[in-house]
Amino acid sequence: MMEVCGSTNVSLREFGCEQTLLSRPDGSASFVQGDTSVMAAVYGPAEVKVSKEIYDRATLEVLIQPKVGLPSVRERSQEQCVRETCEASLLLTLHPRSSLTLVLQLIHDDGSRLACFLNAACMALMDAGLPMSCLFCGVTCAINTDSEIITDPTAAQEKESRALMTFAIDSKEQRVMMSYTKGSFSVHELQQCIAVSQKASENIFQFYRDSVSRRYSKNL
Amino acid sequence: MKDTPLSNCERDFLLKAIEEKKRLDGRQTYDYRKMKITFGTDYGCCFVDLGKTRVMAQVSGELVAPKENRPNEGIMFFNIELSPMASPAFEQGRQSELSVKLNRQLERCLRNSKCIDTESLCVVSGEKVWQIRVDVHMLNHDGNLMDAASIAAITALCHFKRPDVGIQGDEVTVYSPEERDPIPLSIYHMPISVSFSFFQQGTYLLVDPCEREERVMDGLLMIAMNKHREICSIQSSGGIMLLKEQVMRCSKIASVKVSEITELISKALENDKRARKAGGRCGFAESMPQERITALKTDETSVEMTDASERANDIVENAEVPPQTVPSPVVPAPGVGQVGQGLQNTWGLEEEEDGDEEEEEQQMEEEQDEKEDSREGDVVEISDSEEEEVVILHPETQDKSSKNAASSSNQKGAETSKQRQKK
Repeated sequence: MMEVCGSTNVSLREFGCEQTLLSRPDGSASFVQGDTSVMAAVYGPAEVKVSKEIYDRATLEVLIQPKVGLPSVRERSQEQCVRETCEASLLLTLHPRSSLTLVLQLIHDDGSRLACFLNAACMALMDAGLPMSCLFCGVTCAINTDSEIITDPTAAQEKESRALMTFAIDSKEQRVMMSYTKGSFSVHELQQCIAVSQKASENIFQFYRDSVSRRYSKNL
Repeated sequence: MKDTPLSNCERDFLLKAIEEKKRLDGRQTYDYRKMKITFGTDYGCCFVDLGKTRVMAQVSGELVAPKENRPNEGIMFFNIELSPMASPAFEQGRQSELSVKLNRQLERCLRNSKCIDTESLCVVSGEKVWQIRVDVHMLNHDGNLMDAASIAAITALCHFKRPDVGIQGDEVTVYSPEERDPIPLSIYHMPISVSFSFFQQGTYLLVDPCEREERVMDGLLMIAMNKHREICSIQSSGGIMLLKEQVMRCSKIASVKVSEITELISKALENDKRARKAGGRCGFAESMPQERITALKTDETSVEMTDASERANDIVENAEVPPQTVPSPVVPAPGVGQVGQGLQNTWGLEEEEDGDEEEEEQQMEEEQDEKEDSREGDVVEISDSEEEEVVILHPETQDKSSKNAASSSNQKGAETSKQRQKK
């Protein structure tokens, strides 16, 4: 197997975000990465069902809605990835015995959808004003057959890749909060992808910061 | 999660306002809220904003076997998804009364009105037809979901293009959009649903009720009509008695509204077609408002990865070397290999040497035991003590050694039973 060569051209597609675009949810956001777009809505903290109540913290429920048909196994597994990342960053103990619901609607899939879900989720949680210990972002890396690293791959690039990795990275120390990998790769390649994702996360966090300062600015 | 209940004060206030011919958002009785139609990146994806109500429709097609009683007609399938995103009262995976009502009305509006030529969806009679599936997702519920859903569904159907199909003999080929241009559906007319809400037992009438108005209304009348003023379906709910004149009046209002909306849809479709032809980027991402402070967009950014390789090298070099030793399998019974669970506990041993010593001790003990055994019994044992000392280097030899071990333990078992018999 060829090792990754370090001099590839890596970039993130153009990305954008709109917050508070829905009136009903407590927090909402849509996140766009290239053609991939996701809409997220948060309800809570609110009343919780007795069967789901946890006595010392809030219950977080994550729902992913596909575009066509009903949620399948893939959505369930991604729900779990997103939920565990959110649980790690949210201060759930501040709202014991209450429920938080995060609904993610896929609008268009053109690769890196799990990363886009994570980014939309973080933006919606921020919009809802929930207390968090840190922010998080998602970065997807693909290693193609020529052993080049591609960040934020499109659907076509994902299809041709030999390995696909998605990391959730926190904003405080840029540590890996969640990883989801597919395909085969060496330890060295994994570490390299993590290093690249940490670099890429800086750009995304800067974008978060810009969008928040824009929200609270008095003029455009 | 339950919906927030409406207080009596709010209810009384709303009803009083309606009596005084005033609406919360300043509209007139027959006014629609501001309507916006946008399209997604792929064909057959449409968003409709009706005030704050927001709905997404996606059309998809697949080849299936037709229904037996209609061998040369395509299949239409409608699904309204009341996503919990739209309202906290909606639950996932549960068919509520509202979702059944909306699904039924959409089916009557679009399927039973025969607005789509289903015969053109036939590929091979009795074998292969197109199934056109319309998924409507509610994104935000602020009243009048039905009108928004019907507009979104019919617009998405007009926008959708199915892949071209070629038939050579018995072979059916589905061409990708690169090979042959996809084909739009043939649509005869566009039925659009218009909702009327009634208050005070039908004394007051409002068009396009918002969520608050829907909560205090007594009855609802939904009329689906096309621009040729043909009524496609009509449904009254809420158990209200309506006069003949009222229904007539409603149908007149509906015909005006429908012609307005149809014009808006065709304009939106035309705009999108032009944008796609021009080759510019279109879709949801482009419809993001740039002038709002809640929205922000960046251009493509490059990620610096000059030091990524070195960092990865550092981490790999500094990392602890993963344990290379593999625990040797133990054979407790013939045909069974075991590693780990149920064996000797190695927890709490601080240094490896201790463990080794203990193991050695154990081995010694076992060997002694065996010697004692062999002294007692007359039977000679073959290579029994090897069992614990087998070190596996190559997977090929593993089978052999385990077989040996198994056979030896077999023998041992037989021997011990013999010994017992002798005793």
